[in-house]
Amino acid sequence: MPEPRTITVEVLRYQPAKGTNPYVDRWTIPYTEDMSVLQGLQYIKDTLDGSLTFRWSCRMAICGSCGMMIGGVPKLACRTFLRDLAPGPVRVEALAHFPIERDLVVDAEDFVGKLERIKPWIEPREPRTLEEGPYTQTPAQLARYESFSHCINCMLCYSACPQYGLNPDFLGPGLTALLHRYNSDSRDGASAERMQLVHSEEGVWSCTAVGYCSEVCPKQVDPANAVNVNKTASAIDWFARFLPGKR
Amino acid sequence: MKRSNQPVFWVLFGAGGMLSALLGAALVFVTGIAAPLHWLPTRTMGYEGVLAFCRNGAGKAFVFAVISLFLWHGAHRIYHSLHDLGLHTGMVAKAACYGLAAAATILAAATLLQLGF
Repeated sequence: MPEPRTITVEVLRYQPAKGTNPYVDRWTIPYTEDMSVLQGLQYIKDTLDGSLTFRWSCRMAICGSCGMMIGGVPKLACRTFLRDLAPGPVRVEALAHFPIERDLVVDAEDFVGKLERIKPWIEPREPRTLEEGPYTQTPAQLARYESFSHCINCMLCYSACPQYGLNPDFLGPGLTALLHRYNSDSRDGASAERMQLVHSEEGVWSCTAVGYCSEVCPKQVDPANAVNVNKTASAIDWFARFLPGKR
Repeated sequence: MKRSNQPVFWVLFGAGGMLSALLGAALVFVTGIAAPLHWLPTRTMGYEGVLAFCRNGAGKAFVFAVISLFLWHGAHRIYHSLHDLGLHTGMVAKAACYGLAAAATILAAATLLQLGF
């Protein structure tokens, strides 16, 4: 049997209870071909240092919990493999642009607060009674928003966005994409309300079209496209309101 | 929520960007290289020829568009780049960048009108 390969994992630690500044811990761990960075962290927590703190749940890139900076790039730890980072060392830090609560756990309060503001649900355009049956939709109507509905709220795009880093008031890439998902849904009737947020100073206009958000997205949601489409819509609306018959 | 006034500047930025992408390099070549090196017939970029061009309605519109929209494009780009570089000068940078473009727009319009038709 071949010798197990090893790799060094460096983690930026922050333990507020100890009252210390952030510091770096290094562990050299054995790994196999199929081990993700998340499994590496779990190995450390289970056998080397139980105080290492990180979020995870599904291990299959659908819960959006294990986002972290791996080698300076926002990634999901569960779908990043140690074999691809050999010979290492593998540098792991908490998601950029968010306050750190402890080790790799960030404070997502800002994101969750904004999530509520975009009304991430369908407000029926024409309310139907139970007797009238379900809200139906054609495949073409589904295709208009489907890709934007794949967002798993992992916040990688917020760590990638330089504008969110400079000004956290910005609604940001992921939630603009989710807002666009509901606005593009043929069954929804709250588009005008959500567009007030798009038009506002916290809306799409902080974006400078860097596009890194779409690059790091693990679900190919393309938030940069959603922001761009809404910039055009918002600009048209800015001028259209002066036309006769408007407001 | 306060409505952003950025659409106005973004539309001017976009129009200037499109125009400069299509014509910018050719204009630099014609006015900055070919004309000074006398590669073109004298009457093409000579005083009389350019004056006649600027007295024509369509010529006026062209000269006005390339001066004004290029500047609005550049102003917007510089304003946002300053922010990216960490220079958060706020209203000062905004006033300087957009103010320069606005002043040059007025100056270009006034000069073109002064040349007559």
